[in-house]
Amino acid sequence: MTSIGTGYDLSNSVFSPDGRNFQVEYAVKAVENGGTAIGIRCKDGVVLALEKLVTSKLLKKDANKRIATVDRNTGVVHSGLLPDGRHFISRARDEASSWRSTYKAPIPGSSLANRMGAYVQAYTLYNSVRPFGITAIIGGYDAETELSVDGAVGNGPKVGAGGKTQWVKEGGPFLYMVEPSGLYWGYYGAATGKGRQAAKAELEKLKLDPTDGECISLEEGVKEAARIIYVAHEDSKDKEFELEMTWVSAVSGPTKGKHEEVPKALREEAERLAKKALEGEDEDEEEKMEE
Amino acid sequence: MNHFPEAWGRPRDDIYGSYNASYLPQSRGGLQSHHQPTTHTQQPIVTGTSVLALKFSTGVVIAADNLASYGSLARFTDVHRLKPFNKRAVVGFGGDVSDMQYLDRLLNSLDVEENYTSPTGDAKSDDDRALVDAPLMSAKNLHTYLAKVMYKRRTDFNPLWNALLVCGLDEKDQPFLASADLLGTTFSAPSMATGFGAHLAQPLLRRVAPDEAATQELSKEKAVEAIKECMKVLFYRDARSMNEYSVAVIDQSGVELKEDEKLENQSWAFADRIKGYGTQTV
Repeated sequence: MTSIGTGYDLSNSVFSPDGRNFQVEYAVKAVENGGTAIGIRCKDGVVLALEKLVTSKLLKKDANKRIATVDRNTGVVHSGLLPDGRHFISRARDEASSWRSTYKAPIPGSSLANRMGAYVQAYTLYNSVRPFGITAIIGGYDAETELSVDGAVGNGPKVGAGGKTQWVKEGGPFLYMVEPSGLYWGYYGAATGKGRQAAKAELEKLKLDPTDGECISLEEGVKEAARIIYVAHEDSKDKEFELEMTWVSAVSGPTKGKHEEVPKALREEAERLAKKALEGEDEDEEEKMEE
Repeated sequence: MNHFPEAWGRPRDDIYGSYNASYLPQSRGGLQSHHQPTTHTQQPIVTGTSVLALKFSTGVVIAADNLASYGSLARFTDVHRLKPFNKRAVVGFGGDVSDMQYLDRLLNSLDVEENYTSPTGDAKSDDDRALVDAPLMSAKNLHTYLAKVMYKRRTDFNPLWNALLVCGLDEKDQPFLASADLLGTTFSAPSMATGFGAHLAQPLLRRVAPDEAATQELSKEKAVEAIKECMKVLFYRDARSMNEYSVAVIDQSGVELKEDEKLENQSWAFADRIKGYGTQTV
């Protein structure tokens, strides 16, 4: 950063002569120190996983959950400054509930990502505020089935005016990542935080494109997510961590369309496999060394 | 008597004082800044009839038909008036359907908020829940909440025109059944019925379960049977009822809700003994 010390990094909303906003870049640095967070969009659902670094032995195990539910079918995991994440989540919940009161239906993932992107971006514009020190991953499942509008009477037309457009598939899993600049994209697999490079490398090896027919299932996704968090933790091995995982499926799936914690039994199984996979890699490396 | 027809039939100013127009908008000589006078619900419009519920040894059974009437017109025939809240609470709505929809939305947002603290779902075991200190809201909690909402609204002179039955399991997983109505009144009994059901079905239900002790002995099958029989009696005698209904059973295993039940084995043999209504000439 050649322009450091030239004064363009002291205030938010001020560009440097070469067109950069340093405050936003510093916010990204804050994210890069956080525990790794990932999201995987599978064929039939989404998994969110977090490497929660244990900051004190005095904290109760498995308490102080960091992955939040913002609406029945939507979860948010973030990495970076925790209080900024809390505020992000609270705003996302407000957006979700105000959408519900306006449209009498849950907010679609794309709209939530759009609104949160706009909100985060606004924090790069003004002198009186600083950008968000988090990157957030929003994951969920938009219902494909007809959702009941509470106490609705009659069903209306199936297709055409007042009904659906024929042949158009509605709903499905979604995954978005919102960065401190306000930039957001939809992803098949998203990773952020300290171990993001290793995590991204692992995510790229997975089959996540739903059009190629081999896209991994939600259960596989849970196991991969656990493994990837363990792989991403390799670089900061000296620190203890807890694995936090949530998932969301279709109404017909294991979570019945809701965003909820991965059941303890499944999580422990995924962790066991993750540890085994890591040990396997170590053995391979040792074998190579011997050769 | 004066020469201004618009004043005819109104209380005379010289006797009763001038008309109190404070509730009217300023353009009409009142004090309100809105364009319309403030109005409150005076009567229900589209209504659902009775809701019935009965406790049994391990749970509760509740039923209501699928009809929403507009006055005496059977206007909507697919309105589901039993709303499951979670795996241990169901609310049955009698009275105004639009107020039911309002309350349903209120309960939906309550449920979403209840699940903010920890992303735990119905599928999770109670062991997992205990771990995160987030016990599932019980039917008793839900009844307290709804009763307060109803009471607040009646105190504002703007009641939600409903009679509610809240049933399910309490914190100790014991059967729970209680009512709340448009006045904010609460009541609890081994068997309950709202609307016409309070007159026609309640005596029959009391025969099955006269007291709490009797519900301890009552099996699920017997309870469901009694409720179905009462739904039939209500269809015979309540002109705002229908032969399609919803029934829910709540016990330890969760909520089992059926929304497309039909009355079986009807017998209208008693009908020709009824005299004194309609077009009969003899």
